[in-house]
Amino acid sequence: MAAALTVDCRKTFPGRFTTAAQLVLPLDHPRVLILFGPSGSGKTTLLRCLAGLEWPDEGRIQFGSTTWIDVAANIRLSPQARRIGYMPQDYALFPTHTVTGNIEYGLSDLPTAARRERVHELLALLQLQGLEQAKPAQLSGGQQQRVALARAIARRPQLLLLDEPLSALDAPTRSRLSGELRALLTQLHIPAVVVTHDWAEALTLGDTIAVMNAGQVLQVGSPQEVFSRPANAEVAQIVGIETVVQGLVVANDNGLATVSVNGTTLKGLGADVSGSAVYVCIRAEDVLLEQAGSGITSARNHLSGLVTEILPQGVLVTVTVDCGFSLRAMITRGAREDLGLERGSTVVAAIKAGAVHLVPRSG
Amino acid sequence: MNWIAIAVTFKLALLTAVVLLVVGLPIAYWLTFSKWRWKFIVESVVALPLVLPPTVLGFYILVAIGPHSPVGRFYSDVVGHPLPFTFEGLLLASILYSLPFAVQPFAAAFAQVDHRLIEASWTLGVSKLKTFFRLIIPLSAAGLITGAVLSFAHTLGEFGVVLMVGGNIEGETRTVSIDIYDEVQALNYAGAAKTALLLLAVSYGVLLLVYAMNRKVWAVWPQR
Repeated sequence: MAAALTVDCRKTFPGRFTTAAQLVLPLDHPRVLILFGPSGSGKTTLLRCLAGLEWPDEGRIQFGSTTWIDVAANIRLSPQARRIGYMPQDYALFPTHTVTGNIEYGLSDLPTAARRERVHELLALLQLQGLEQAKPAQLSGGQQQRVALARAIARRPQLLLLDEPLSALDAPTRSRLSGELRALLTQLHIPAVVVTHDWAEALTLGDTIAVMNAGQVLQVGSPQEVFSRPANAEVAQIVGIETVVQGLVVANDNGLATVSVNGTTLKGLGADVSGSAVYVCIRAEDVLLEQAGSGITSARNHLSGLVTEILPQGVLVTVTVDCGFSLRAMITRGAREDLGLERGSTVVAAIKAGAVHLVPRSG
Repeated sequence: MNWIAIAVTFKLALLTAVVLLVVGLPIAYWLTFSKWRWKFIVESVVALPLVLPPTVLGFYILVAIGPHSPVGRFYSDVVGHPLPFTFEGLLLASILYSLPFAVQPFAAAFAQVDHRLIEASWTLGVSKLKTFFRLIIPLSAAGLITGAVLSFAHTLGEFGVVLMVGGNIEGETRTVSIDIYDEVQALNYAGAAKTALLLLAVSYGVLLLVYAMNRKVWAVWPQR
């Protein structure tokens, strides 16, 4: 059996809810597992169980051949013994220690020379040179995040646990650092579990996404699977993005990017789209459907295609249009009748460039 | 001024503060981080010297270490002389009497340490004991100094417990406060005034130091 992180545990918070999770993360080919869901969905609790900071009421967590916790067998491995790199939401940098002090905190069993070399390596890797003697309070949010990451990976952990790694940052920094973080996770070659409630972050960082709500894991799959084919209405509502497809940026003109998806060309916004591979994300309510040959509009994207599915949902109808890729549109029943839409109808989907979200996808 | 009494007093206060720094830290740590539901019982015992009349506390200590108690007998068997009315006996009494003055500021300081920092330390492979010395102690330094200084200052001025347990032996158990009492009894107001002024100055100086360093000196128990 290939090495894997196997989680099957339950924890009840009296008066709140029960967190129950069953997950498998393969370890031989390091991957990033995203725990995705709204706040209060039990993501952080699950992460803390993995870190050994929270004890499940029942179940077990197995890491490769090591049992981390087995409630029935009364096995409880302390956080110290798990060799993990844990980064809490607010980073929890030690205020009394300098940047160097924070990074080398977990390395006290190394000889001085080796410790110094490792710290030097990490300062370079995370571009923290020149800040060695600074205290955490003197650093910017982005710098603090990098120090916390350096500290977490300093001991060469066998598993990285990151709780909302980017949420403490302002929006521009966040979108810049999410790409860097993905590159770092790929480079480190350490399996990672990342908690986030931000879909763009989930898409940027994750190889596998576990959607959680009210303590339950609802669906586990690749980002595209989870976003484009949610297992049920609850997942669909949580992810909130109906169309997620992979595309290639072919041109970028002052932030207006031209993306090719299966031969179809789209215009979207993504000033800081780095690299050429992106996820193209479109909400169904942002897609207009019009009859072929109607006039010019301000929308930058007019994609003609065939209706492949019509799914009534109350007063609304979700229409799937094949325009080189599967695009979902949400329109009213009345609009469907006026357009006379049936399966096989030809239709033009209009999408404003601003509604086409491009999420960089590297590695 | 009775320099011998002053020397005895400062020696007693200093040793009390040092011993309480060693003994008080684990007690405060346990009181702060234990999840035992009945720990308020221990909290109340530690706080007792705050409200108990010093004579009552002194009386019980005297009985507990006297020649009729197992502790007292054991001590005189090992050391060769009984514990009451010696400097060591007085030291023991002072430690118990000043216990809350050390433990409460320690516990208050520990409780203010962000628990997420402690958890971060554990996940970095650092044991609970090492986390205590490398993280919790530096983060609660002000509270630790406050506790040590307060127990020092509190011991400087103790009277009832000293009289009950130590008696009034020159060079051994006669402290400054006893000396002042003796001077007044002998109607030597000038001598008493000098010593009293010294005690006032030292106590005020010590409190100045504490308040300047930490504004939450008299916080009784850590807020939870």
